Amino acid sequence: MGSYILKRLLAAIPVILGITVIVFLIMSLIPGDPATAILGSYATPENVEKLNRDLGLDKPLVQQYFIWLGNMLQGDFGRSFSLNRPVLDEVLERFGATLVLAGTSLVICSILGIIAGVVSAARQYGVADKAITFIVLIGISIPSFFLGMMMILLFAVNLRWLPVSGMYAIYGGGDLPDLIRHLLMPATALAVVATGVIARLSRSAMLEVLRQDFIRTARAKGVTERNVIWRHALKAAMVSIIPVIGVQAGFVLSGAVYIETVFQWPGVGRMLVTAILTRDILLVQGGVVIVAACYVLFNLAVDVAQSLLDPRVTT
Amino acid sequence: MTAGDVAPTPQRRRPAAGAFLKLFLRNRLAAAGAILLTAVVLLSVLAPLLPLQDPYAQDTAQKFLRPFSPGHLLGTDHLGRDILSRLIWGTRLSLVVGLVASFGAAFFGSVIGITAGYFGGRTDNWLMRAIDMLMAFPYILLALAIVAALGPGLVNALIAVAVVNIPFFARNIRGVTVTLAHKEFVDAARLAGMTDLRIMVSEILPNVLPVIVIAMSTTVGWMILETAGLSFLGLGSQPPVADLGSMLGEGRNALITDPHASIVPGLMIFVIVMSVNLLGDGIRDALDPRLRSGALTRPMARTIVDRNAVPQPPADPALLNVQELRTEFRVGSRTLKALSGVTLQVRPGECLGLIGESGSGKSVTALSVMGLVASPPGVIAGGAVRYAGTEVLGAPFSELRKLRGDRISYIFQDPLATLHPLYRVGDQIVEAIQAHHAVSKSKARARALELLEAVRIPNASSRIDNFPHELSGGMRQRVGIAMALVNEPDLIIADEPTTALDVTVQAQILSLLDDLRRERGVAILFITHDFGVVAQLCDRIAVMYAGRIVETGPTAAILADPAHPYTRRLIACVPELGEGQRELHAIPGLPPAVDDLPPGCAFAPRCDKAQPACRTGEIPLDAFGSERAVRCLFPESDQAGGAA
Repeated sequence: MGSYILKRLLAAIPVILGITVIVFLIMSLIPGDPATAILGSYATPENVEKLNRDLGLDKPLVQQYFIWLGNMLQGDFGRSFSLNRPVLDEVLERFGATLVLAGTSLVICSILGIIAGVVSAARQYGVADKAITFIVLIGISIPSFFLGMMMILLFAVNLRWLPVSGMYAIYGGGDLPDLIRHLLMPATALAVVATGVIARLSRSAMLEVLRQDFIRTARAKGVTERNVIWRHALKAAMVSIIPVIGVQAGFVLSGAVYIETVFQWPGVGRMLVTAILTRDILLVQGGVVIVAACYVLFNLAVDVAQSLLDPRVTT
Repeated sequence: MTAGDVAPTPQRRRPAAGAFLKLFLRNRLAAAGAILLTAVVLLSVLAPLLPLQDPYAQDTAQKFLRPFSPGHLLGTDHLGRDILSRLIWGTRLSLVVGLVASFGAAFFGSVIGITAGYFGGRTDNWLMRAIDMLMAFPYILLALAIVAALGPGLVNALIAVAVVNIPFFARNIRGVTVTLAHKEFVDAARLAGMTDLRIMVSEILPNVLPVIVIAMSTTVGWMILETAGLSFLGLGSQPPVADLGSMLGEGRNALITDPHASIVPGLMIFVIVMSVNLLGDGIRDALDPRLRSGALTRPMARTIVDRNAVPQPPADPALLNVQELRTEFRVGSRTLKALSGVTLQVRPGECLGLIGESGSGKSVTALSVMGLVASPPGVIAGGAVRYAGTEVLGAPFSELRKLRGDRISYIFQDPLATLHPLYRVGDQIVEAIQAHHAVSKSKARARALELLEAVRIPNASSRIDNFPHELSGGMRQRVGIAMALVNEPDLIIADEPTTALDVTVQAQILSLLDDLRRERGVAILFITHDFGVVAQLCDRIAVMYAGRIVETGPTAAILADPAHPYTRRLIACVPELGEGQRELHAIPGLPPAVDDLPPGCAFAPRCDKAQPACRTGEIPLDAFGSERAVRCLFPESDQAGGAA
């Protein structure tokens, strides 16, 4: 097991390097003088020249990449000019808020999606199955940002149950109940599409597994039907459900960009959008590299979880 | 599930009508999607011809008019512009952008995929590595990075969305190309001196085109949504031009005071994505033949019982009485009669061998006893199964479950497929105990270990923590036997337990079963196609043909002097070692299809002694001597003692 994790960790290194190369190449597409683009059009010529020197932008492209990479490895992602603070500090602080939101969402969609899929499969063609299938169809078709806005209208404006925005708890301004009240709507809105996708997949994975011989064995042993479904079948189905959760994590993280904007959640997604609109290129660059690298590590964790579940993977 | 329900619902009774209805419903949904989508596309295509107001004409005095205001059917936005007009023009823009992005992604994805798949080797390796890198990003980060570099704007958002979707196309198309690259027609083109480029364009491309089209149809809705999303964030279309996303984004600023400016474009996006999804699902279902045959249904906890009458209890109550059992498979409009009236008894401590060719119904008989025939499509259409005098087919599910694995247990054929791959074998045995007895985990584990030793698994104390895939086939079958024995059942139903094993292991397993039977006095219903196995283990034999018992009696008597022509032929098929010169007699013809049984004796078409009388009417299973019975009008016998 240890050697398997090590192997996967080593395999993640070239992927993360590849990510930095891709981000670097995309950023080199910036038209005109990058320093001007980074500092904005009101920058003084001296500042532009200084930045060009600092970033090594007067050097050849390959050399520029390695300077950038070297700086990042030392924890130097540059300074955000619009916020006037180190990119790394800003990104890490914002990423915490995003992790709370996306993590909650991922937990919600995994649990609800799997339950819905299992119930649907166990009662195939029954009323519950049809109802779930219909709800799932609507769920995967509704854009999360639109859903979020409609939730605000209903729960915050009309019913006045939940606050629209203003989550500060993560930064020490409130307690856990306050955080939960702020989290409820955005996390749910973000989870809906992924819940639908996971439910659909869990249903078909369960149907596939329930036809297997070992399910008949469990029934022949006299195992209760509840255990047949929730222990025997679900455990085997998890082998194909877990990778889907891994993929959905990417979609939840992506959807967080919209949801953070709708609910003014102080996360990394909204930070990136603002940074793009203010042309704060270094902040975008740093944010994208850090979040993407974390996503690679998350997928690695999914693979490890998979191998823990299925002993056939590592042997 | 169906705990305790004996009477099947009408829907299950007529799966043919049900399947048709389901398909119809599904098609109806798909058709609804198609109609919706066509309407949306028509509206946006005809936008220039429709009597719409100027979508850019501002009139701040008229801002935020509610829907159904005079002159503005859907109201006006924050600048007093007509929302209906903006909606239709915005939809047009969103559809165009989504389509162009889709074509762009398809084009570049196909170029990469075909190149990688066609050249293979290093080219393939490098291209696919690069694609993997792109896929390592959460998609929106990549799109945001591209928009950040190129600057906000609809064209740039379009480029970003297209680039993000390239990997999907590249991977799919590479996969198809790889299989094509070594086909004869490509080799032929190469030999004819065509350039690589020409081969890719004129030979490969036409063959991967369907894949490209399917991939496009599944992603176009997604791309419309993604570009709308970027516009919503203010990174796509810039004012005053608006696609659906930026309309929604602008409306959001007045969400609380004037929600209609958000709801209208939001609903439109929802309608488009939903109709694309409906259409896609419908197409996928129609293309997937597994759904049509109903093969993707899951078996329920017990076989559906749908019988008119329960036979009277027999005069001679054995341990297990199977009476006139009729099990069918109802697939669509066809009914396959797997069993047409099987009757057999197993007495305490006795071993009955149930023998027949594949398809004769012996496994179905075994599974029907405890309601384990996969259902749907299996249905028990008649007869009764009595264990110790109690009828079990009609019993509530909780009663049936208590018998399963406790009083009557099973050993199945292929121990790799029949053990759960993700649980340790010890835990699987423990579970069999705890399903019926409230004992502690440690006690159950000690019992499991005891059983593993009893079935002679070497090193049982460490093997108990192995997963099934870590054991050999013979070991796995020993685990299966231990699991069947663990609750000291009265009857074990062994369904070809040695068929998947090699000969030496087979002999070990058989002698193990024989020892266990003698030591523990457990009765065995042994299903096999092998007379050699039967001779070694069984007290009595029942021979099955086409879903019926055709002969039954003590093993020695039948082997020495088979009465039914079929039994005789079957025994003649068994090669015997050391009798090298003996001629093997294959039975001519094939067993009949069980949905089309001939009247009279099912074996008559293959029987060289068949008379006209054999082909009419029901032929009963008549007593033949004191302990035997045979279903034949003209039983063959060397001894004249036949009572027929």
